[in-house]
Amino acid sequence: MYQVHLKDVSLINMKKISGAEAIIRCLISEDVDVLFGYPGGAIMPVYDELYKFQKDINHILVRHEQGATHAAQGYARSSGKVGVAIATSGPGATNLVTGIADAQIDSTPMVCITGQVASYLLGSDAFQETDIIGISTPVTKWNYQITKASEISEIISKAFFIARTGRPGPVLIDITKDAQFDMIENFEYKKCENIRSYSPIPPINKSTISDAGKLINESKKPLIVWGQGVILGNAESEFKDFVEKTGIPAAWTILGVSAISTNHKLNVGMVGMHGNYGPNVLTNDCDLLIAIGMRFDDRVTGDLKTYAKQAQIIHFEIDPAEVDKNVKVDIAVIGDVKQTLKEILPHVNKSSHNSWVRKFRELNKIEFDKVIDKEYNKQSGGLSMAEVIKSINENTEGNSILVTDVGQHQMIACRYMNFNKSKSNITSGGLGTMGFALPAALGAKIGDPGREVIAVIGDGGFQMTIQELGTIFQTSYSVKIVILNNEYLGMVRQWQQLFFDKRYASTEMTNPDFVTIAKGYFIESKRVSHRKELNSSIKQMLSHDGPYLLEVCVEKEENVFPMIPSGSSVSDIRLE
Amino acid sequence: MKKTTYTISIYTENNVGLLNRVSAIFLKRHINIVSITSSESEIPDIFRFVIVVNISKEQVVKVVKQIEKQIEVISVFYHTDKQTIFLETALYKVKSSSLFEEKQIQNMIKDSRANIVTVKPDYFVIEKTGWRLETEDLYQKLKPYGLLQFVRSGRISVSKKSMDISRILNSK
Repeated sequence: MYQVHLKDVSLINMKKISGAEAIIRCLISEDVDVLFGYPGGAIMPVYDELYKFQKDINHILVRHEQGATHAAQGYARSSGKVGVAIATSGPGATNLVTGIADAQIDSTPMVCITGQVASYLLGSDAFQETDIIGISTPVTKWNYQITKASEISEIISKAFFIARTGRPGPVLIDITKDAQFDMIENFEYKKCENIRSYSPIPPINKSTISDAGKLINESKKPLIVWGQGVILGNAESEFKDFVEKTGIPAAWTILGVSAISTNHKLNVGMVGMHGNYGPNVLTNDCDLLIAIGMRFDDRVTGDLKTYAKQAQIIHFEIDPAEVDKNVKVDIAVIGDVKQTLKEILPHVNKSSHNSWVRKFRELNKIEFDKVIDKEYNKQSGGLSMAEVIKSINENTEGNSILVTDVGQHQMIACRYMNFNKSKSNITSGGLGTMGFALPAALGAKIGDPGREVIAVIGDGGFQMTIQELGTIFQTSYSVKIVILNNEYLGMVRQWQQLFFDKRYASTEMTNPDFVTIAKGYFIESKRVSHRKELNSSIKQMLSHDGPYLLEVCVEKEENVFPMIPSGSSVSDIRLE
Repeated sequence: MKKTTYTISIYTENNVGLLNRVSAIFLKRHINIVSITSSESEIPDIFRFVIVVNISKEQVVKVVKQIEKQIEVISVFYHTDKQTIFLETALYKVKSSSLFEEKQIQNMIKDSRANIVTVKPDYFVIEKTGWRLETEDLYQKLKPYGLLQFVRSGRISVSKKSMDISRILNSK
């Protein structure tokens, strides 16, 4: 077998290589050691090179291209590196679109490489030709079609630079088949460090820092709401310093959780539609709202006309287009959050807001009595989703990575999971992509193999990418899969119950035997429906060496509360 | 919300897909593009789109930020009509017989400072460059005599204040 082990790129500078080989050498130069993909006609030259370079790049053969993008996202979110997905032209490329859109709205660094028909066939409706550049334009940070082998080096280096810098996002590079076959002389790869039309990190306006510091020092009832920007900006420790010095209670968006630990004394819970009672209600009571690396999504703000109107607002943000987009702010601190948080620290007084923090605790105690205690510490009746998370918490001590899908189980899991480390919560936030979790969990495991990865998935979403069990079986990565099966599309059913007079239109599911399906893929599996078996089953799953699927049959018509009905104000959050 | 006519000037790298990317930003927000032109700019290899829209101030600020965010867009400016000097060109194709039979046509051309670009045995073509009102006025006047063809270009515009694109480029 012809195999190359690449150590020194400069050695091959004088040799003629194909475009396909150049692509692989570019990826290696970008420290890519894993690709998630699926072969096909228009990308075959690249796969032929992957065969030769298999010592350098681990190719994970997914079972559907959508799975490749979600796995690349999971990889990116657990490792902090750029995830790479690869597919052929036509249907291979269009199958990537959902994952690309998900990565765009959740700012996940990803590079997708698609094969394309030969350049002389472009526009002729050739076999498996599709305009993936046109299709992917609204959902990519950047995209480009390579039609000449000589462009490969420059474009791929730009792709990685754009995907990972500033506010990260997905980039798609479409490469015609002839560009993969054509030979290049004097291949050279230079990492892109600058694009003249692109300023990934806007310069900091020093006066915004001192103005923000002043507002913070003057405020009596300040509230921090942080998002994923803290994690994407590697600013966890600067953020912790800022929170602890100012003594300001801090609440998280669903993508921001795990930036500081769940048990931190100033962590007051989640904001948004199914967030905690305290931070939602007090959003409309605080005198200063400090938004850090978040974008005022409608699921966070509820009705904008009644959102934090009494408060002054400071927005720490890297993307100027996010400032004043949904919520008008008083001070925008634009820049890299790691830097802006570092610079503001000397401007803020060491302080504590004990009685104000106590208000959050008091309100959260109301939520505990009305909601949390009943489901988290449930003693009788059907199993609740919350007690499954409780059992996971008790057996993992907040050190595992949680990967969730979309729906009721997602809200429950993110609300109740304990986190001690950053980059521990991987979920589809902005796009709400059912089917995300299973492939994303595989990617997350590959991105950080030392950590336990637990995918918590509903029975609906699981069946959207269920075929990726095949990928997990073939690669035997130790992914733990917990199916919370209520035989309903639970979140939609909840809305039907609350807002459509219980007309359960197409939300009841007749499910297959998930345990048998897992067995078909030779994945250890078990079903549990009784409380007394739950903890031992979770233990058994966690102690198993290799992938494991645990189906938990939970209460069928459980509702997720608290809830801000859509269009309502955050302070009108309902507890029942 | 009060709508105003804004001229958005977009300086970009020359890239095949960029028009698609920019127009998608308007599409997503249901904003109708009143006119669009694209040409080389005063700087070699830098292109300039001129897009005219009728939207609120709040919308134009958000749209401009979204356009500026695109990787190959170098800089974006927006101006109200008062802040720019702008023109459109219109071409009117009329039957030649009207020119000789209807004397007033010649007066119209003279009065509106239009030019005859070409005269053929069966038709002639009038060109008028000016504001929308002016090209529209001539259109209404010529219409009764039978316009064989009519076409109007998108707006081209230069701002009264300088758009410091060279300085922006040099600082990057």
